Amino acid sequence: MKPLTLPFILLGRNVLSVLRHTGKLSLFAFYGVLGILRPPFYAGITASLLIEIGFLSLPVVALTAIFSGAVIALQSYSGFSHYHAQNAMAGVVVLSITRELGPVLAGLMVSGRVGAAIAAQIGAMRVTDQIDALSTLATDPIKYLVTPRLIAGTLALPFLVIIADILGIFGGFIVAIGKLGFTPELYIHTAYAALHTSDVLIGLLKAAVFGFLITLLGCYHGYHSRGGAEGVGRSATTTVVATSILILAFDYLLTDLFFSA
Amino acid sequence: MTNCPRIRIRGLKKSFGNRTILNGIDLDIHEGTSMVIIGGSGNGKSLLLRCILGLIEPDEGTIEIDGEDLFRAPAKRRRELLGRIGMLFQNAALFDSMSVLDNVLFGLKAKYKHAPSTKPSPKEMEQEAIDLLAQVGLAASVASLNPAELSGGMQKRVGLARAIAGQPDILLFDEPTTGLDPIMSSVIDGLIIDYVHRLGSTTLTITHDMTSAQRIGGQAAMLYKGKIIWQGRAEDVMDSGNEFVDQFTHGRREGPIQSDVTTQVKTGA
Repeated sequence: MKPLTLPFILLGRNVLSVLRHTGKLSLFAFYGVLGILRPPFYAGITASLLIEIGFLSLPVVALTAIFSGAVIALQSYSGFSHYHAQNAMAGVVVLSITRELGPVLAGLMVSGRVGAAIAAQIGAMRVTDQIDALSTLATDPIKYLVTPRLIAGTLALPFLVIIADILGIFGGFIVAIGKLGFTPELYIHTAYAALHTSDVLIGLLKAAVFGFLITLLGCYHGYHSRGGAEGVGRSATTTVVATSILILAFDYLLTDLFFSA
Repeated sequence: MTNCPRIRIRGLKKSFGNRTILNGIDLDIHEGTSMVIIGGSGNGKSLLLRCILGLIEPDEGTIEIDGEDLFRAPAKRRRELLGRIGMLFQNAALFDSMSVLDNVLFGLKAKYKHAPSTKPSPKEMEQEAIDLLAQVGLAASVASLNPAELSGGMQKRVGLARAIAGQPDILLFDEPTTGLDPIMSSVIDGLIIDYVHRLGSTTLTITHDMTSAQRIGGQAAMLYKGKIIWQGRAEDVMDSGNEFVDQFTHGRREGPIQSDVTTQVKTGA
């Protein structure tokens, strides 16, 4: 291998690897989504996953949202005070939370809690032959393991974001009333005036996309785990890293699509 | 159909990268036969089972189940053919998120997927699962436990109960006695023999355990470097007349296989 061509060879290999993984991931997602349309439907498993992904993530998402709302209130108040526009603070809190921080922070928190857990759980099933055992027992592993998680993730994230939106705005409210001298009426009035239905709906759409991505990548990396406990750990880590990056990338794309006009 | 082997393998080849694992396997397993395949680690025994189960597609060659090519059959027919096969995995592969009872019920549900009209009530299925546990010598009190709470031998027995729940025509065993003490190995072998005699199933077992191979096997074959190099009666396995088989079965350091071991160590293969 000549030293001059080495960077091009490495670049080419990496590009091919990315393309190969993208293709595999797309097919994996296709079969996972296809499972929604074909019986049998694992409603019981999907319901318990909704509780696992949605309900049990509530505490971490709620705390993150409250503190984020409170911090934005403090920061924006401090920034706007230079221009004597402190009253705009409530509008900034409500728009930041509903458009961006609610879905993104909920997505990142769920990615760390659920994405890693899904990758580890399915990865452990892979390395202990449980996935092969499913196949030998007339059960399609993609339909049994992946489809319910995709449904649960896509449905649970918007639900979590509704709660995160409410609590984030509430966090800002507490700081505004308790520290910054706002009256409850002023905060609510300015926040309400700044908010449009589309802000909330687009935030929820983002949440659904993030929920799909988190569960898809968790399932994908877990499903393709190799090499025992170390491989399972690697799958969980890769899932969290890849999901976090994709959440931010898709957040940009969706923001550009809906808000850039 | 009577002369048609239950499993017929011809020219089976499978490589991973530039490593050829299966290099032209030809094997017939007739109805009611208990075939044992022996061979060293890394010679492709488990891969062969995975190909028969349709989990890995071979690069070349055919696997026929009752005369039908597994990998050329339409998807639905392929699922039906694979539905005739039960499998006991090396580590039992019990679903650790389920109780023992639910593991066995999973096997039973698989059976009724092929015949939904005959599906009994949940209570009757539960009783059927308890009966299956009793057949493999496990008390009903075990049913509520999680697999992690069981010993290795008990896990294998639950795995066997789950595998036979669907009353498969063909049973595959991947090192069923590995990691078990001699008494538990004998118990597992006894259960396999008992099941085969009772239902006349065809079995294919891969093992390193020569005592077990002779106990459960009617026929035996040795896999070496991805090929079947010897085939005969299981009772002859310790005295086959084949230098490779004799070295392997007696665990001798000297012999034709040794040079390969040395080469593997030297090259890190």
